Amino acid sequence: MSNSMDDVAANAQALFIIGSNTSEQHPVFGTMLRRAIRKRGVKLIVADPRRIDMTDFAMMHIRQKPGTDIALLNGLMYIILEKGWEDKAFIEERCENFDEFKATVMQYPPEKASEITGVPVEQLYAAAEIMGTTKPMAVMWAMGITQHIVGVRNVMTLANLQMLLGNMGKPGGGVNPLRGQNNVQGACDMGGLPNVYSAYQPVINEEVRAKFAKAWGVNSDQSSVNSGLSPKVGLTVTEMIPGILENKIRALYIMGEDPATSDPDSAHIRHCLESIDFLVLQDIFPTETAAFADVLLPGTSFAEKTGTFSNTERRVQLVRQAIAPLGESKPDWQITAEIAKRVIGDQSSVTRKIDLDAPWAKWEYKSPTDIMAEINALTPSYAGVTHARLEKGERLQWPVLNAEHPGTPILHTKAFARGKGKFMPIDHVPAPELPDDDYPMILSTGRVLYHWHGGEMTRRAKGLMEVYSEALVEINPMDAEKLGVNGHKTLRVTSRRGSIEAEAWVTDRVPPGMVYANFHFPEASANELTIAALDPVSKIPSFKVCAVKVELVK
Amino acid sequence: MQFWMIWLCKNNFLTPCPSPQGRGGKDENMPVNITINGTKIEAEAGQTILDVAHKHGFDIPTLCYHKDLSPTGNCRMCVVEVKGGRFLQAACVTPIWEGMDIQTHSPKAIKSRKTSLELMLANHPQDCITCDVSGECELQDLAYEYQASAPEWGSKGTRYPVNADPNPFIRVDMNRCILCRRCVLACAEIQVRDVWGVAKRGFEEQIVAGAGMTMLEARCESCGQCVAYCPTGALSNKMNYGQARAHQVTKVTTTCSYCGVGCQFDLLVKKGKVIGVSSNPNAPVNGMALCVKGRYGYDYIHHPDRLLKPRVRRYLLEGKAKGDIRKSNIESSSGDWDWVETDWETALSITADKLRATRDSSGADSIGVLTSAKCTNEENYLMNKLARQVIGTNNIDHCARL
Repeated sequence: MSNSMDDVAANAQALFIIGSNTSEQHPVFGTMLRRAIRKRGVKLIVADPRRIDMTDFAMMHIRQKPGTDIALLNGLMYIILEKGWEDKAFIEERCENFDEFKATVMQYPPEKASEITGVPVEQLYAAAEIMGTTKPMAVMWAMGITQHIVGVRNVMTLANLQMLLGNMGKPGGGVNPLRGQNNVQGACDMGGLPNVYSAYQPVINEEVRAKFAKAWGVNSDQSSVNSGLSPKVGLTVTEMIPGILENKIRALYIMGEDPATSDPDSAHIRHCLESIDFLVLQDIFPTETAAFADVLLPGTSFAEKTGTFSNTERRVQLVRQAIAPLGESKPDWQITAEIAKRVIGDQSSVTRKIDLDAPWAKWEYKSPTDIMAEINALTPSYAGVTHARLEKGERLQWPVLNAEHPGTPILHTKAFARGKGKFMPIDHVPAPELPDDDYPMILSTGRVLYHWHGGEMTRRAKGLMEVYSEALVEINPMDAEKLGVNGHKTLRVTSRRGSIEAEAWVTDRVPPGMVYANFHFPEASANELTIAALDPVSKIPSFKVCAVKVELVK
Repeated sequence: MQFWMIWLCKNNFLTPCPSPQGRGGKDENMPVNITINGTKIEAEAGQTILDVAHKHGFDIPTLCYHKDLSPTGNCRMCVVEVKGGRFLQAACVTPIWEGMDIQTHSPKAIKSRKTSLELMLANHPQDCITCDVSGECELQDLAYEYQASAPEWGSKGTRYPVNADPNPFIRVDMNRCILCRRCVLACAEIQVRDVWGVAKRGFEEQIVAGAGMTMLEARCESCGQCVAYCPTGALSNKMNYGQARAHQVTKVTTTCSYCGVGCQFDLLVKKGKVIGVSSNPNAPVNGMALCVKGRYGYDYIHHPDRLLKPRVRRYLLEGKAKGDIRKSNIESSSGDWDWVETDWETALSITADKLRATRDSSGADSIGVLTSAKCTNEENYLMNKLARQVIGTNNIDHCARL
């Protein structure tokens, strides 16, 4: 998020939620927004094919066809430009490439945008008027925007919108992606990505590699495949697992992830995992992925360890150990360190040489506080984030540049990271798989309030299972009537990749022609159906649109 | 002023209405001079007596009032004596005015509070000895402070069903309700869901979900905000009911393991076991608010499925090759693919040897590392270091894309 949650709730005059089921996926932020709407009369526009709960609080619900966000946003920006509602001073002072961008937007007159998106022209005008005349407006999104083959383009288009309206770098404005997992922000910040070290220092940058080579005691050049730091961008999860079949990947070390459940096209994922030479899985439960593992190492839950999580607004917060690790399980940082020490091995006999006298080469950590000290030294945006400061109650949002720096609640206040904000001309691209005669409906996937991701935790929480005990497929009453669904009925949903059976939830939350399923229950996981078509840049799968057929089972 | 109004005022039947200037209305920035228990205070205009008293360290007891919620003046515990006024004033809803002279603990105020408490207790079960919230019950604390007990003539039976709602998380016992309306306001103002309301009037007055339906039917999201704000045992947590009282648990403040909002709360620990979650009002992001998963989705921690010992496939212990056992059907009865529980040293050595051998034979880029968005920053940093420093590959990723 460029802004903080409390800032958005306190200062935004308008809210635009697109592709985020905020009150179910970020429930407490959802209530903060509801409060802002009820107490301050903030205007909410929701753009979502589904009638999610937030629409109860919205002054307008735009129900675009799945996968048509760029056409929708370009259409809105056309109207904003037509009416002169753009922030000319902001565009002039803070941005560049406006003319090229404008030329593309001009290809999306409201009539054309309406034709692509299915949103009435009058509604486009009404929405553009709210956006153009109510400032500041904060934009919130989540996986509904990013899980498309045009995910990156969708995000850029939202950035275009906020720059056009001059809502960047201001309280109550900004571009605010809501990060899903408790520490997905931190996992990215810490270099858990194939292209960057911690704090997004690129692996292809020679100076960056030299810095880490020196710190970690490794050769800075890669003279052979087994020496130095690799200058080559690595594989993403969506490339690694299919890479097993191509013999690119022979061994996997997985900590606290369940690709057999969470990745698209589960049947294919299972086939890949079956073929791997060696899979070590470190987790708290024997997940679906455990069936393919060769070694299973018991990690611990958040209640049994110390450390930090970084939330969606870049706020770093302490996780405190409440109980001893259960059984013989160990905190995950200890396990990783033990493996590392053994792989490094006896330096006289191994092929990969590491100079253990280098300042941060060793793996002798007494506690996570020691690890944080290493992070501070090598990660500019976390340089001043120490356990001691957090323990004192300091509230830190990165970048925290040194031990005295107070942190940065709002990004881009004076300038963007690259200097000027660059408008990107972006065109609509249709989804990779659209309904046809054989598979006439659109499937979109996601989560529900009472469960979490692959469901490994929430399916083991008794009360949550009482409220939501099995997979439900949302289907519109009109489609349900056509199929003859009446009362409790089981549906079979089939795509080109697989088939699931689950109970129908007949509801106008989904529009006609669309079904919505979740992946919390392995026996009827939506990922049996989803398509592994990826965004070319982010490699994010197109979870939000694929074609299915729906039949009545009983 | 009419002579009869002067007479009423003189005889203390009417409080003379202060002029708008006196209320600080002329200039909002003008300080208002008031006196509390003889201490002169220059206060900001527009505040209530309770605001000023709390700010300056004067204790005024409250029960229905909560700083996060709109004041309602329901319970009459915060009544104070204002010089010149015939009636006691509820401090939580009475704005200050110029020259106000307040006694927070005058005999009249103390007597009134004690009577209010007795009236509440007259209609409240005398079952503190088995009540779950005993020890953190605000009614109990005040009854103790004012030495108020249930009057002889009080109600003897239970009026409502105990544990009356099927909600799996929230235990409803309206016999213990004192009609303070904090639950109504917590649902309306914090969660913005409006599940709770007030039905009927007079002695029959009661708190109901929706139009007298179950909580879930009334669109309850089971966030438990109403429980967190309830001052008594009327609303309590079902999952750990009867497991521990306040003084028997240790509270450990930590950060939630579910979504990216980053709510903080206290884990309640008894004898090495997490038995519950409670709101921590100092939580930076969420304050007292939590969602159903954060507040009630904790029992996975002690689920019997937890992995408690390292496991390896039998073929690894017998020195067989995976390729060979795969040929003979991986799930075959020979048991090569069975899990064997082992010690850490065995499991770690096998893992390290396999990773090193794969790197040496097929190159560092033939190994992939998946780190975790559920684990800590420190753990993710180590996975990044392991992939890059120890193995020598950039094949590291996690579920950010999924």
